[in-house]
Amino acid sequence: MSLAEKLKSDKFIVTCEIGPPKGINVDKILKEADSFKERVDAVNVTDLQSSVMRLGSLVMCYLLRTWGHEPILQLTTRDRNRLALQSDILSAAVLGIENILALTGDHPLRGDHPEAKPVYDLDSVQLLEVIKLLNSGVDMAGNKLDGKPKILPGAAVNPGIDPIEPEIIKMEKKVKSGAKFFQTQAVFDIDKFTLFLKKVKHIDVPILASVILLKSPAMAHYMNDNVAGVNVPNTLIKDIESVDKKDRVKKAVEIASGLINGLKTLCRGVHIMPIGWESKVPLLLDAAGL
Amino acid sequence: MIITKQKDKKTILDYLKGDKKIFIAGCGECATVCKTGGEEEVLSMKNFLGKYGKIVTGTTVVDVPCHLVKAKKMYQQHKKQIQESDSILAMVCGDGVQTIMDGTKGKKVHPALETLFLGEVQPNGRFVQKCSLCSDCVLDETGSLCPITLCPKGLLNGPCGGAKDGKCEVDKDMDCVWIQIYERLKKLGQLSKMKKIQPTRDNSKRLSPRRLETK
Repeated sequence: MSLAEKLKSDKFIVTCEIGPPKGINVDKILKEADSFKERVDAVNVTDLQSSVMRLGSLVMCYLLRTWGHEPILQLTTRDRNRLALQSDILSAAVLGIENILALTGDHPLRGDHPEAKPVYDLDSVQLLEVIKLLNSGVDMAGNKLDGKPKILPGAAVNPGIDPIEPEIIKMEKKVKSGAKFFQTQAVFDIDKFTLFLKKVKHIDVPILASVILLKSPAMAHYMNDNVAGVNVPNTLIKDIESVDKKDRVKKAVEIASGLINGLKTLCRGVHIMPIGWESKVPLLLDAAGL
Repeated sequence: MIITKQKDKKTILDYLKGDKKIFIAGCGECATVCKTGGEEEVLSMKNFLGKYGKIVTGTTVVDVPCHLVKAKKMYQQHKKQIQESDSILAMVCGDGVQTIMDGTKGKKVHPALETLFLGEVQPNGRFVQKCSLCSDCVLDETGSLCPITLCPKGLLNGPCGGAKDGKCEVDKDMDCVWIQIYERLKKLGQLSKMKKIQPTRDNSKRLSPRRLETK
């Protein structure tokens, strides 16, 4: 069953994210992805995440596809103009990649090539509009396509951002522009996330809440200081600090699985962001009973 | 206002290597306000060049150096000094440098300033870019705050989701303009403008060099 079909069913959806390597050695990441194959419904591949140059999302998605995974191509508007974006969407379709997460993308200044020229010819809402157009068989210039793609468009939302109203307005625009699922920024506080869900209950599009494997107190502090809308509560940070370093994996899995269990009744699914701990995903799935 | 800053002195001396006699031209408008090419700065440049063995044949502050007629007038007034000079050091914006070249029949002109942006002049020598001269103004849709300029990603349909504590993901000292636009449209009772999906922009309107024919 494809992700599109699963989203229409009652199934609790689980997606997981991987970041392509900086280089051309893909064996490790493919092996790690294989360890959770058929246990997750789809695998997101990040598009030069944090504006760090690395192997492309499209190629990695294709490899995953040939290995039997259902990939979600993350596509940002940061590095490509409308010609390249439309062309990449068609390329994805030809390679059998049916899901695209439309994103704006972190600014290059935040990455490892800060001198790069940012493109942003489109924004994420406009990219969703473009996917809608291509799916209908025409390009942005109104030219008819010889064979049309059938892409399932998804979008991102940051439920922890303050103020939340502009984010919700943008979320509503993304729905109008065709988003068929949402993946969120990392969730650590179930109560706060519940409040967000109440505010968007008029939005009838599946939301997959993101869960991160918290490796260390330092990682939690870094995210609190630098990542928008993320607030790892102090109680969680103390919880990680309370265990020996050798038990950190166990603790991270315990925290993440606890969050997943809390989310099971709240939203349509979860999106796991292992951020380097891809090899621990099977442990997490075991602990969360997925 | 066109905001400029002076190039470092070493760069200016490098430009002037091989030129002995120099004519200095400043700007009576923007560069005067920026204190980069007014009377005072032109005089100071004259003294500086003198210390490095240059002969300054003359100086002037052109009232509007980006105006071709004014640049030509300046040439007529200082023709002898300019003709005997190896080059002109123009303490004006990049536009002015080229207008002075045109107005002086192709004289060699060196830029003394770095042209930064079109901006607002604030107190205490602070200048802030507010407009990108994009040829396709959206200010009526955005509560008179320009997202093309004030959002580093130039987004048209709302915030990117990267703002932390109301500050931009690119610059923690800068407010996220989309949060400001939201607050302002709310205050003006115009939130519906933010809810409207803004179409993609026509970049062909910004094709360089831009021209305007009014007659």
